[in-house]
Amino acid sequence: MSSNTSRRRWPLLLPPLLWQLTFFLLPLLFLFVISFWSVVNFRLEPDMTLKNWDFMLSRSSFWSAYGHTWALALGAAVVTTCCSFPAACSLAFTVSERTRKLALMFLVVPFFTSYLVRVYSWQAFLSDNGIVNALLSLVGLDGLPMLNSDFGSLVGYVTLALPLVTLVQTMGLAQIDRNLIEAAHNLRAGPVRTLFEVIMPLAKPSLVVGALFAFILAFGDFVAPTYLGGGAPPTLSNLIIDTTKSGQQWPRAAVVAIVMILTLVVTSLAAVRLAYGRRK
Amino acid sequence: MKEEDKNLQSPFRRRFLQGSTALAAGSALPLALTSANSWAQSSGGQPRTLTMLAWYGHAEPDVVAEFEAKHNCKVKPKYYTGGDNMLALISQSPAGTYDLVLSDAEYVPQLRKAGYLERLDAKDYAFDDYFPEFQKFPGHWDGNDLYAVMVRFGFLGVAYNTDAVPESKARSFKVYWDPAYKGKVGHFDWYLPNMGELSLYAGHKAPYKLEGDQFAKLKSVMKSLRPQVAGFFDYGGTFSGLKNGQLQLVCGIGDWITGTLARSGAKVSSVVPDEGGLQWTESLSIGKGSRNRDLANAFIQYITSAQGQVKSAKMAAYPALIPNRKGWELLGQSDPAEARRQGMVLTGHSVMDDIRSGKIVFRQLPVQQSIEDWNDFWSEYKERA
Repeated sequence: MSSNTSRRRWPLLLPPLLWQLTFFLLPLLFLFVISFWSVVNFRLEPDMTLKNWDFMLSRSSFWSAYGHTWALALGAAVVTTCCSFPAACSLAFTVSERTRKLALMFLVVPFFTSYLVRVYSWQAFLSDNGIVNALLSLVGLDGLPMLNSDFGSLVGYVTLALPLVTLVQTMGLAQIDRNLIEAAHNLRAGPVRTLFEVIMPLAKPSLVVGALFAFILAFGDFVAPTYLGGGAPPTLSNLIIDTTKSGQQWPRAAVVAIVMILTLVVTSLAAVRLAYGRRK
Repeated sequence: MKEEDKNLQSPFRRRFLQGSTALAAGSALPLALTSANSWAQSSGGQPRTLTMLAWYGHAEPDVVAEFEAKHNCKVKPKYYTGGDNMLALISQSPAGTYDLVLSDAEYVPQLRKAGYLERLDAKDYAFDDYFPEFQKFPGHWDGNDLYAVMVRFGFLGVAYNTDAVPESKARSFKVYWDPAYKGKVGHFDWYLPNMGELSLYAGHKAPYKLEGDQFAKLKSVMKSLRPQVAGFFDYGGTFSGLKNGQLQLVCGIGDWITGTLARSGAKVSSVVPDEGGLQWTESLSIGKGSRNRDLANAFIQYITSAQGQVKSAKMAAYPALIPNRKGWELLGQSDPAEARRQGMVLTGHSVMDDIRSGKIVFRQLPVQQSIEDWNDFWSEYKERA
């Protein structure tokens, strides 16, 4: 690329750079700064103290919320990836181009309604007297406790992430060279072997990126663990709410938020390395 | 003066006069606009805006429509959930943002100390119509200076599903530990009412004034309850949990939630148990720097009058008890069924008897420990299964 072309493209890069600076880097910097501030009479006071970091990181409740959040988010990533994959394979390989476009459009439709409303509607299905248990009792089975549990939270996370993950996987699978799949068949590889040795390795970036999206969405979600998980044991998002309720301790909440961001950065870097790293 | 001096002076004078005129015009313009605006507002023109920081429901049409029509104004609310949320909003807003501040009584001293409230004139309000217990309500006064006027109150006890839990069982906090309700007990997610109720159950007559050993006992009592608990819910979650039967008992709430649900046909109720109950109280103050002090004052007079009190008692968002005796009389005439349901009757047993018997104590902030100490334990309690 000539230096002239490069110079002409700079103005085009300016808006996204400004956007990132204004709406991401500056708030992030502010978040970091207030984690060292104090709260006096319910008001934030500029300070330079490590007591908020010391307080939060030395609490067992913080680390148990951290472990619980991580485990739930990992569970959400795995479950969502497994649920999306068959649908994405069908959309990528078995339907016509027109049907695929239509299906992808329908995948976006859930985003037209509020996530909170969708989560609330799950209560009608998952409650002890809800639709799922009513169906189970019709076939002579005992009802299952689903609401106010980790299972409930997972249902919420999958509701949030499934459409997006299916979209990402479908895009990735649709780009696989069909000749390679046909070559595998010609070389007498069965469907299962073709899936695991040809399709999945080639679709690895989209599978990993889709799972990463599910992980990120679940890790920071407040709605599902509150309304379907019963808020106990708390996730890090619940902990942020509790901390701000406790005498306006925004600096302590900032510590939790920074730890969440760092966790997501490290997880994302690891996932990108896994997705795009060279095979030996 | 020499001609050349005049020539030198003239441009300066001209500039000075031009500048002064512009400055005067600039200064006068906002004044003129303000005057014109006030004149237009007072003469029935553009309605004035009265800002209110409040719990949901206090600025809805069922409460404020009559006042708005009478004073040609629009009450513009900023709703919050919980005292801490209210403190956050007010501390992050410049003075004058809120003309009216509705707060739970225990937060009034903090608001006053932080300089968020204007001093009120007690003569402006119908305290003589109030029950004596509410005329000089703790925390609302600083010596002889008044900062808040009580609007409504309610009790917190045991909220229960009437189909699943007999009232005789609900009359003790012990019901939360009943194995029949394991996994069906919910908490309203706010440490203050829950820990206050369970402190009463632990035998503390002053549930928020605990010595070290008493606080340890409260923690121990709560830990024993944790295996029974289904979860921790906000306003919406508590509503839906009680309505769909997922929760059969809820700690930390009272008629302000069950009364609303019962009006829509849900089989729920709440009682003050034998161990005692808590009183929550909502009060109105005028925000520091209010630009509509006269209107704010008029609103407090309106809502604390007998007619306003009836509206407040029957507020669509959540019902409540009222401190104005004349309000009770009027409610008894206009809606005797609601007066009976809430126990605001002037003959026979009433809620005032519960207060006078000492069965009810005011909800307040922790006295010996810090808010953080209580809330930290609340987080720890939520974590334990």
